Amino acid sequence: MNLNVTTHTRHAVVRPEGRLTASGAPRLKQAIKKLIDEGSPRIVVDLAQTEFIDSSGLGALIGGLKAARLAEGDLRLAAASESVKSILRLTSLDRVLRDHPTVEAAFGDG
Amino acid sequence: MTRRLILIRVFAVLAVLTGVNYLTWRWMESLNWDAWWIAVPLVIAETYSLIDTFLFATTMWRAKERSGPESPPTGTVDVFITTYNEPVAMVMATARAAKNIAYPHETFVLDDGDRPEMAAAARAEGLGYITRSADWTDKPRHAKAGNLNNALFETDGEFLLILDADQIPDPLILHRTLGYFADEERVALVQTPQWFINVDEADPLGSQAPLFYGPIQQGKDGWNAAFFCGSNAVLRREALMQLGIVGYVRELEDSTRRTLRAAERLLAREAGRHRAMPELHKELTRLREEVTGARFVVSAGEPIADVTHQLRTQIDAASRRLVKNDMDLMAEDLAAIHAMPVQRDAERDVVVVDEVGLDALTTRELSPLAAVKSVGALVDALRVDRPGEAQPIQPLATISVTEDMATAMQLHSMGWRSAYHHEILARGLAPEDLQTMLKQRLRWAQGTMQVFLRDNPMAKRGLSAGQRLMYFGTMWSYLAGFAAIVYLSAPIIYLMFGVMPVTAWSGDFFARFLPYFLINQLFFLIVSRGIRTWRGQQYSLALFPVWIRACTSSFANVVFKKPLSFVVTRKDGRVGGSLPLREVWPQLTAIALLIIALITGVVRVLMGTADGTGTLVNIVWVAYSLAALSVVIQALRYKGPAAHAEEAEGAS
Repeated sequence: MNLNVTTHTRHAVVRPEGRLTASGAPRLKQAIKKLIDEGSPRIVVDLAQTEFIDSSGLGALIGGLKAARLAEGDLRLAAASESVKSILRLTSLDRVLRDHPTVEAAFGDG
Repeated sequence: MTRRLILIRVFAVLAVLTGVNYLTWRWMESLNWDAWWIAVPLVIAETYSLIDTFLFATTMWRAKERSGPESPPTGTVDVFITTYNEPVAMVMATARAAKNIAYPHETFVLDDGDRPEMAAAARAEGLGYITRSADWTDKPRHAKAGNLNNALFETDGEFLLILDADQIPDPLILHRTLGYFADEERVALVQTPQWFINVDEADPLGSQAPLFYGPIQQGKDGWNAAFFCGSNAVLRREALMQLGIVGYVRELEDSTRRTLRAAERLLAREAGRHRAMPELHKELTRLREEVTGARFVVSAGEPIADVTHQLRTQIDAASRRLVKNDMDLMAEDLAAIHAMPVQRDAERDVVVVDEVGLDALTTRELSPLAAVKSVGALVDALRVDRPGEAQPIQPLATISVTEDMATAMQLHSMGWRSAYHHEILARGLAPEDLQTMLKQRLRWAQGTMQVFLRDNPMAKRGLSAGQRLMYFGTMWSYLAGFAAIVYLSAPIIYLMFGVMPVTAWSGDFFARFLPYFLINQLFFLIVSRGIRTWRGQQYSLALFPVWIRACTSSFANVVFKKPLSFVVTRKDGRVGGSLPLREVWPQLTAIALLIIALITGVVRVLMGTADGTGTLVNIVWVAYSLAALSVVIQALRYKGPAAHAEEAEGAS
């Protein structure tokens, strides 16, 4: 898995590319933690290039959500592929996190 | 089907049929209503036992004997050795053996005791060492489940071999078990037996459980319900993490719904109370409408994180306005109420309020500060991170003091499979004294009953009928303590006072009881196939006070929230001190009463004041009970395997 991080004026974007599994989850967690420590707790996880995500990957997203909320920010998902969406449905995590159509739309509501 | 399984099924059917025949007669024709106070409890106890027979027959119906996996072992593995307070040398013996497991893996010592000397020893051998992270400070620790959950987030192996601190693994343990996961993608758990090396042939404490780690687990396996027993098992990480995620979502849905409902009620009440203050009243009413709206959209399926985030923003804004508003009101209040301990600082031209005065203000009904405070608490409760827990995701179940059974049941309910591999691949240490053994049994029983009360398998969604019965069967067996009281009392009452629970011990009785009894014994012999099961049978009766205490304390814990003090089993030998007579007084009392009853019965027959057949039946019954209970005396006198070995040597 490749991890691509970019910061923008109002939010930061984390882009996991490839398979987000147990071996990549700690890196995603670290990247989110680093962004929060640097003062960007408004984070979009762009799943457009994520082919597959396992439960450890989902765990890292929830861990990131917790950390972002504690820092008065938020973590949002964007552009998940069909296969990732089906995993979100299977674990019912779609009851908690919304998959926004695009990265731009993720923090569209403020 | 093997010949053995055919035989098992024939006897399973016969055992249940003869049992139904006997019990029907007992209920319909043999009850002595004149002595209903003992007759009815006895027939209920006997019905309990028949249901137990039925559950045992069902368990054995599909007994599955696996010869080993078909696929070669694959995947990455983490070996977890869990410890809390066991001696460092013992943990390291296990850790070194774990390091020598032939299949490639990483070994971690999970030290819940956070001991520097343990850390040093583990690192010196080049092993991983994990303790709780800072997240756990001041949070519920969830014992062993918490220890494992913490480690799951520090490691990344696809499979996890879990070992208690005393369980020395065989170098081939992974080679023999990993293949099952490749055989079937949905396999989440492979359990192997627990075997104890510090137990001699006599095994006075009944530590070996050859019936459970054998026919019973094989039987449960046939229904895809092999149990997870906490150690000597391999688990699939993905399955555990999925449990964690699904559990998190479920918990969050529940708590959000609860919180929003509570918030509505609270805001409505506060709004009503502050009708006299239009500004505040309006603000609170508006907020209540927001909460109602949020509750609706959550029920309609909107993602919870979105809804709570929006609501939180609104509540934050409202409380900021309220606080500002409140300060203004407070100043007015202060000016109006001279009795309050307020002074005007002339020099700085500000109002000075001392601490006591402020406290008084905040507790006064008319102060809107209370409303602001309540709103603040709601904001906290609406967070998505489970603020009361160290980790939002808890893969291993925490609803019970025995995390293993609860976790396996969750896995099964989500469609995962389990396997029981019947080959000893780890050897451990059993408790060496009666006290420790009693505590361990109590904990297992309590854990099982907690699951029974909190997450009843008969009602749990996702389990098959067979799986429900397998879990229910184990829980049912722990109710045996209540039946035991009746079984012990009935013959004592007859022999001493001549009170009969049945109308007659006649030919009718023998014609129905004897086939039932004999076929049951035969069935048990066939199932156990030469395994020594007498110890287990003895203890299932002899531990009746433990079973009863487990039921009552778990009930008090689940229903009335009374804490169960959690006991970690000691594995480093005996606890010193005198005989633990206090722990077994009910058994000793029962033994004394049985002996007195026996003598009285014989005397009464000799004097011609008692019926010969009835007395004979009851004497046989008492003799069986005494034989079973006598194990307690043997256990009391037991000084551990070391002492036993020395005695044996001295004698030879």
